[in-house]
Formats: sequence, structure tokens, C-alpha cells
Amino acid sequence: MTAGPEFRLATGGCIDRSRLLRFTCNGRSLIGYEGDTLASALLANGVRIVGRSLKFHRPRGVLSAGVEEPNALFRVEIDGASRPLVRATLQPLVGQLTATSENCFPSVEFDLGRIIDFTHRLWPAGFYNKTFKWPRWSAYEGLIRRAAGLGRLPQGGERARYYHHNLHCDVLVCGAGAAGLSAALAACRAGANVVLIDQDRRLGGGLLAERLTIEGAPATKWLERTEAELRRARNVYILLRTTVTGYYDHNVLTAHDESHADLVGGSVERWWKLRAREVVLATGAIEQPLVFANNDLPGIMLAGAVRHYVNRYAVMLGRAVVVATNNDDAYRTAFDVHEAGGHVAAIIDARPQPSDAVAAEARARDLALFGSSVVTRARGGSAVRGVSVRMLSADGKGLVGPERRIDCDLLAMSGGWNPAIHLFSQAGRSLRYDEQIGAFMPARCQQRVQVVGGVNGEFPLAKILVSGAASGLEAARRTGNAVHSVPIAPALAPAADYGIRPLRLTPGGANERQWLDFLHDVTTADVELAVRENYVSVEHAKRYTTAGMAIDQGKTTNLNVMTLLAELTGRTVSDVGTTTFRPPFTPVTIGAISGGATGQFFAPARLLPAHAWHVSHGARFDDYGAWKRPACYPRGGETRDQAAHREVLAARSGVGLFDGSPLGKIEVKGPDAAEFLNRIYVNNAVTLQSGRVRYGLMLNENGIVIDDGVFARLSPEHFLVNTTSAGADRIASWLDEWHQCEWPDLRLVLVPVTTQWAVVAVVGPHAREVLERFPSDIDFSAERFPHMSVRTGHFAGVSARIKRVSFCGELSFEVSVPADRAEALWIQLMNAGESLGVAAVGIEAWMVMRTEKGFLHVGTDTDGTTNPLDLGFGPIVDKKQDDFVGRRSLMRAYDRADSRRQFVGFEPMNAADRLAAGAHLVTVKDVKLRSEGFITSACFSPTLGKSIGLGLLERGFARRGETVSVFDEGCTRPARVVGTTFYDPTGERMHG
Amino acid sequence: MLQIACPWCGVRDEEEFRFGGESHVSRPPTDATDVLWADYLFNRTNPRGVHCERWLHSYGCGRWLNLARDTVTHEILCVYRMGEPKPQLERS
Repeated sequence: MTAGPEFRLATGGCIDRSRLLRFTCNGRSLIGYEGDTLASALLANGVRIVGRSLKFHRPRGVLSAGVEEPNALFRVEIDGASRPLVRATLQPLVGQLTATSENCFPSVEFDLGRIIDFTHRLWPAGFYNKTFKWPRWSAYEGLIRRAAGLGRLPQGGERARYYHHNLHCDVLVCGAGAAGLSAALAACRAGANVVLIDQDRRLGGGLLAERLTIEGAPATKWLERTEAELRRARNVYILLRTTVTGYYDHNVLTAHDESHADLVGGSVERWWKLRAREVVLATGAIEQPLVFANNDLPGIMLAGAVRHYVNRYAVMLGRAVVVATNNDDAYRTAFDVHEAGGHVAAIIDARPQPSDAVAAEARARDLALFGSSVVTRARGGSAVRGVSVRMLSADGKGLVGPERRIDCDLLAMSGGWNPAIHLFSQAGRSLRYDEQIGAFMPARCQQRVQVVGGVNGEFPLAKILVSGAASGLEAARRTGNAVHSVPIAPALAPAADYGIRPLRLTPGGANERQWLDFLHDVTTADVELAVRENYVSVEHAKRYTTAGMAIDQGKTTNLNVMTLLAELTGRTVSDVGTTTFRPPFTPVTIGAISGGATGQFFAPARLLPAHAWHVSHGARFDDYGAWKRPACYPRGGETRDQAAHREVLAARSGVGLFDGSPLGKIEVKGPDAAEFLNRIYVNNAVTLQSGRVRYGLMLNENGIVIDDGVFARLSPEHFLVNTTSAGADRIASWLDEWHQCEWPDLRLVLVPVTTQWAVVAVVGPHAREVLERFPSDIDFSAERFPHMSVRTGHFAGVSARIKRVSFCGELSFEVSVPADRAEALWIQLMNAGESLGVAAVGIEAWMVMRTEKGFLHVGTDTDGTTNPLDLGFGPIVDKKQDDFVGRRSLMRAYDRADSRRQFVGFEPMNAADRLAAGAHLVTVKDVKLRSEGFITSACFSPTLGKSIGLGLLERGFARRGETVSVFDEGCTRPARVVGTTFYDPTGERMHG
Repeated sequence: MLQIACPWCGVRDEEEFRFGGESHVSRPPTDATDVLWADYLFNRTNPRGVHCERWLHSYGCGRWLNLARDTVTHEILCVYRMGEPKPQLERS
């Protein structure tokens, strides 16, 4: 049996000495107890150096006992799964945990990176911006990127699970210290639906860390009673080890829940979105460090943290403790250390004297007290060995008298408590600087929020309990709960405030470095440099020095930076102001934010109704929007191009089947349906006869083409609008907006039915023959079913809508059937066409055929500048008498200018050349190439045996027959400008 | 994250809605001048204070609605149906 760790007290603390936990840190086997954090267990084992700073690789020890910790960051591994940059101060100790310090090589005790520290004068703030410019930044980037950054990606992440949860409540209490508990209890008793959240794994906050009494008994008794009552109550939901990370509009807050992060077999993290009718912020305050030379040495800690470790974890951190303070509160550290049997070497107080009560207790305990004094520097190499102390001048702006040296192995420092105003500020509320406590405080609130306890600058327990209870009652009352005025808070004798003198910076300057930001290694000299270079705005100084920009977000940094900035520039801290507090309050795992929306659930694929058939027939799928669609169906050893070319030739010479199910379909029905569509389309919708189909362009109000497709008039008051596949959802929504917002008087309904109907296009010279092999009440003859018409009826035993339209230039019927009948129909059509050499046609062949035909593909051949006049629709626009969306824009001179890019075809002059989409059409002007447009679509036409292209060219319509230069991949090749229709220009094939 | 009281569905989260820009922008006829037309296309009031805007309850009833929002505090001062007149409100 191993003896207990050397710094552990024999009794006391909220740890279970009967439950020993073995863990490993940086290769050392160590033991701790149930109830420990990783940090307390390390300290109990005498581990002083826990990490290295980011820039100088200085040795660092635990600074705090909470969320503000900048130094004790570990990669924590449990059961083979690791999490990076875990704050040891919040990580519960569990058995078999392995912790590894971040940012050190080869070990945390001996780090080669410290060469940077010994040459620190070479590396002031902003050094890389100034230095690594010659010959270019990229020459240094790789090296610097390797040196920069912190942490490694987690391992075993595939076993981690992340969940999203939503929660609504009457009253959300953030923070379960004395203030939050008091508020939650009051709101609970008043009957409100309460959610109570704390980042610790236990309720109590500071009550766990302090020796306090409530009604004559230890405060932990009150805590136990309160916890029992809250846990019994059915209207209270408690989330522990959960950090509220963001406060957004209308009382929405987010919380990162790590209560199950240490599970063996894979961690579970939860991401909460909470909507609260009332919020009580009881987020407490964060103690601030003092600024003096070498204040970053291991063994220098926040005073509150020191007594936190003594009282909660029974860890006595040093054999000789010096307390340096500017307030009464830190005396408790001296008293608690003394009470636990530790040796307090001295109390250094920046004030002339503490309050009478505190002074009396210090005398009673016979503690050495130095008033009007400050620590000017700490001595020691890899741990503090002593401090130098000097007297302050009367005005506090200089040092007087001799230097006194005091030996110690632990320095507990307190620069006062800074309200944790992050959440309050995030919701866009204003702050005010309080000269008395030397910190920013909540000021104006516009939302339904109350601020109590330390975050509101209330520090005595009596005051906290009363204001907490009052806020809980008020929140309950505002949410409509019957409130009886019962005394809820225990009556405590009023206590004085903690009498802070907000002096944290050592006057007079020093030759040695004084740290402001421990993690990013920012010193007072860096801020002085920033000011010398005129980065005096707090936002500029922050970015120039990177102070407060590390993952701790400056929780122990920012206030000191602002105070120093104020001093250096002769402003008040209030004038300097704060930087912006942004969510998240603490780092959040990306996995928690993405929740279940990963892998196949990130963007669920849409599958065609006949997907299974396509899969079993060797289709190669590509993503088209959310749809998985067959690009081609290679046979044998065919390449994709070979397959597509075979499919084109099969459709052109025999018959092909194309699955067009994603085609956008919108039903427009009602007495004013024709009028509505007439206001939407460039083309005339009113004159369309029932049973007929018309091609149309849709524009936005700026006259730009946004979609195209055919629309069919099924009956006088019933239209079916087809959009592009990509535009199906967007256009349905856009049409609805025009109807609801601009023309609500038009009587019609719009119903998107894209996925209700599957579409099989039967194309090719034998298409009619295939269809006529099925029983149907539809006459497919050329006379009775002409091109650009629609029929409804029964086909192969299914109700069907069949349109005779052609996107490929052949005789073509688009057969629409209910989606659940699609696969059966597809198989029947394939079987029926077998003797005619039917081929399944994929998107690639489909696009080749439409390019051969010169048919527009909106979004490919058009961009955000293309209007219908550029596409040759001028005559149609001019012929239409009525207004339509975008019409007025087409009347502007610029929209009609001759110099616009116009839609034309291209063929290479040399048969061996291949046109490529994206290639520019260039002229030489003043030696430089100037683009006159570009190829938008190009392919090798298997039908015509040559390369063809479509594109937008300045003054293109007037330049047919001219030769242009096509610039692609550094080469310029000549091409002829031609019309857009390469194949069957008279259209007799599709009209046949 | 706003909370919007849809006139048809009741109070719902912003994530059910889609923002549609300023309301009460009237569409000029085709004989409007270029200047007037450009104003309609591109210029919006962008106030600091009360802004009347339209939202679509896209993951709900599918209806468009109007609301008046304070752009400073994001407080929603009132919600009203399409076609109803612009309310007379002062910034709170």
C-alpha cells in the first residue's frame, strides 16, 4: 500500500479517502481520491510544473481552481479516447485516467522550446508580423505553424457521442453557488419551473471552497439541506458539469454538458439549447492576479484557489505560504492555511491596514502582516523560492524603503474579484466600471434577466443569500407563479464588503518580465510596446499583443491589460473599456456543436424512387444538389466518357430511358392561375391552350434569369410548372412569396409536388413505339399528341401525366407516375424497349445531348448577370404586353447595351482541339489579354464527331462566323463563333 | 435566437422561420423612372430602431407574416398579417 501523497492533509475536504484512484500524468503513476480534480490530485502529489507556456515554453504551475485556469491544460485520455486541452481544475479524477501536458518537448520538466525564453528579447509582441516578411511569409509559414498552436486532435473520437437537447423553463439559474442556490430555492418554492446549471460536478460553488457558517452551522449543512430539497422538487432540473457558454437574443442560452465525458467506452457530450422566460445570472467572480516580476513561476497561485484546495480537497500546497493582497478576502486564505496547520510566512497588503475584524484575527493567529507593501518580484527557477517586498509610497504610485526578502514555496495572491460578466455582456447589455471594486459590473439590462451575487459585485454571504432569494422570487413572480412572502434566505449578520484597493500593477516598473497573459506569454513590456506603436484602443492592443486571445480568453488577463492601458495612456479604465465578450464562454468541442449531424446525417442524401434499380445496373452516382443521380451506366470496362457516348448514340438512334424524377414540379390551381404565371414568366401564360406546354424563363426583379422550364396547362384553371431540379424548392418558395406578399388577391393555390411524382423520359426515334406497347387511354400518334403538349390518363395500369417535350432533341415523352410506382414502371419500360436496343441514359449523356441541341442550362450557361436578352429572348420580351417580374429592369439602357455578353456556340478551328468550360475568350489589348467572355458548356459530341461549346461572348450575336481566341490552361487556340444549335437545327427529329 | 409569435401557429423559435427583408416596399409600375425603379430594387431604410420586416414561417404553416422589430434590442414590438397596414410605433 502506497502512503498518502505528501501534500494531503490527514482530515477534512470533500474527498472520499476510502476510494483510491490510480492515474498517470506525464508517465508518472500517481494516486488520488474520489472527489479530487486532476489538478488537486497533482498538487497533492507535489507536482508543481504542469505545463509550458505557448510562446516561451516557460514552466507553469496550477494557478487557479476553476474555469479561468490558463496553465494546467492536459490531453486527457480515458479508455483509449483522448480529449485535448482539458482544464485540470475542472476535470474530475477518475481511475485509469492518463494526462499528458500540452506544448512541451521532450518533457514538461525539461523543454527544449525554452530556448525561446532565454532569447526572449528577440521575440517581442508582433515580432512575426515585422520579421518574417523577407523574402516572403510563405518561406517561414510551415515552421511557425508547427511552433504555434496548442493541443492535438482527439484520438478515439469515433466512439464519442454527441447529442443536442432543447429545454424550456420559467427560470434558468446559471451558477449554483450561494446566490444561484438561493435563487433556485426561492423560485422552486414559488412553484416555478426551474433549471439550475453549474460547471462544477457538485452544487455549492464557493461554499465548497470556504470555511463559512450559516445560522451557526457550517455552510455545507445549509448546502446539503438545500440540495436535498432541490433534488426532491419535481419542478427543478439540475445540470452539473455543464457550462453555459452563450447568451443570445430572447433569452436563449446554450450550455455544454460534459457530465458524461469520462465514460469508459466513449465519451458522451451534450449541447443544450435553453429558452428561459427569466434568467438569473449567478456566475460569480473570478479572482485576478497581481502583476509583478516573475509572477508566472510555479507556486504562485490565486489566493482563493489556495484555500479552495485546502478546504475542499485537503491539499496543503506549501510549507511556507506568503499571501499578497489588496483586499480583506485573501486573509481568509491565510487563516484557512493556518487553521489547517500550515505555516503563513507573511501577509503583504497593498493597503495601509485591513479592516478591524480581519486585523484582529490576524493578530490572534500571530501572523506577520506588512501593510502598504507589495511583492515586487518573485525569486526562483522552476518554482517560487521567495519574494521581494517593498513599501508603497503614500499615493501608491511609487516604491519607497528597502527591499525585504521573504522565503516561501507558495505565494497566494489576490488582486480582487472580477465579476464574471461574460454572459451578461453577450446579450448586448451595457457594463459600467466600478472604481471602488476596480472591475466592470453589469449595468443596464433590457432582457428578462437578473444578476446576483459575485457577478453583481455582492460578496458577503449574507448579502448574496438575500439577493439570490429575492431574484428567485421575482423571477417566479414574473413568470406568473403565486409568490408568498415567506422569509427564505437564512438571516445572517450583515458583513462588510471586502474592502478592496484596486491596485494590481506593481508601480515603478521592473527590468524583469511581468506577466499579464500566462498562456499566451504576454507581459507588461508587450503592452508598453503596443502603446508606443499607437495601438492604444483596447481592441487593437489585444490583437497586437494577443493578450486575452488564448483559449482561456483572458479570464485572468483582460482586466490587468485594461488597467495598464489606462495607466500608460492617461485614461480611466472606464474610457479604455472592454473588448467584446463573445460566445462561447469556454471552448466547446466541435462534435458537441454538430451533434448528430455528421456522416450520412450531415446532409441526408435524396434517393431516386428507382434508386435500387440504378444501383443494381451499375450506375455511377454523382451528387446533384442533395440528390444521388446516375451519371452513367458503364458496361464492361467502359470509362465514364465511353459509357456516356454509347448512351447518347443509343438514344439518338434507338431509344433511351432517363430518370428525371428530381425535376421540379409545382401545381398552380385556381381561377387566377394563368394571370399569376403570366406575371411570373417572361413568356405568355394566358394564351397557352389547355393540353399544351410552353417553355418559359423566370427572372428576378433585377432582370436576371433565375430558372427555366416548361409549364403545362392541364385545364383552364390548372397548371403544372416544371422548374430545374436544382431550383425545385427555391422556386416553389419564391412563387409562394410573390403570391402571399405581392398579389394576395389572386385566387390560386401553389403546391410543390416534386417528390410525389417520378419522371421517366422515354427518348429517341423509337420512343413512341415503346410507349405504344403498353395499355393506355392516351393516343401517342404524332397527329393526336404533338410536340409541346400534355396528356393525362392511364398508362400501364397507373394514372400518369405524360408530356411531349424534349431536352435532348429527339422524339421524347416524359412519363410522370406516382413515386411509388416508378421502379415498376422503369423495369416495364426497359423490358418493353429491350428488342429496340433500349439504354439507360445518365446525366452525363443527357448533358451532352442538350449541349448538342444548344438548350440552355440555367446556372451553367447563365450567371448572376445574364438577362433573357443575352439569351436571344429579346423578341419574346418585346412582344409581351403585360408586366412580369423583372420586366422593368430589362428596359434599362445597360440591359439592352450591344456590348453585353450574349449566348452563342463555338467550334474549334483545329479538329484536334477540345473546348473546355471555363476557358476565356480573349483579345489582346495593350499587350495584355482581355476577356470578352467564356465558354460555359463544352463537350465532345459523339453524334457530330467534334468538340462543341456554348458560351457568353461580348456582342456574340453579331459575331457569328468570326474567329475568337480561346484561352485555356495557358494556351490560346482559335475557335469559330457559331449558332447554339449544333444538332438538328430545324428540329424535325423532336417534332417527328 | 428570436422568438416569434406566428399569427397562425403561436410562439415559435426563429429557426422555424426565414427572414424576408423589409416590409411595405411598394412595387412601382413599369413606367416608373430608372431612379425610382433602382430605389425599389436596391435601397432599404436600414433603421436603428423599429424595423418592419417580413418573415416566412417556413417550417410551420408556410405563411408570410410581418413584424416590427427593434434593431437595437431585437425586441419584437408587434406581429401582424400580410396586407395589414404598417403600425405606428416609436422606438422604445
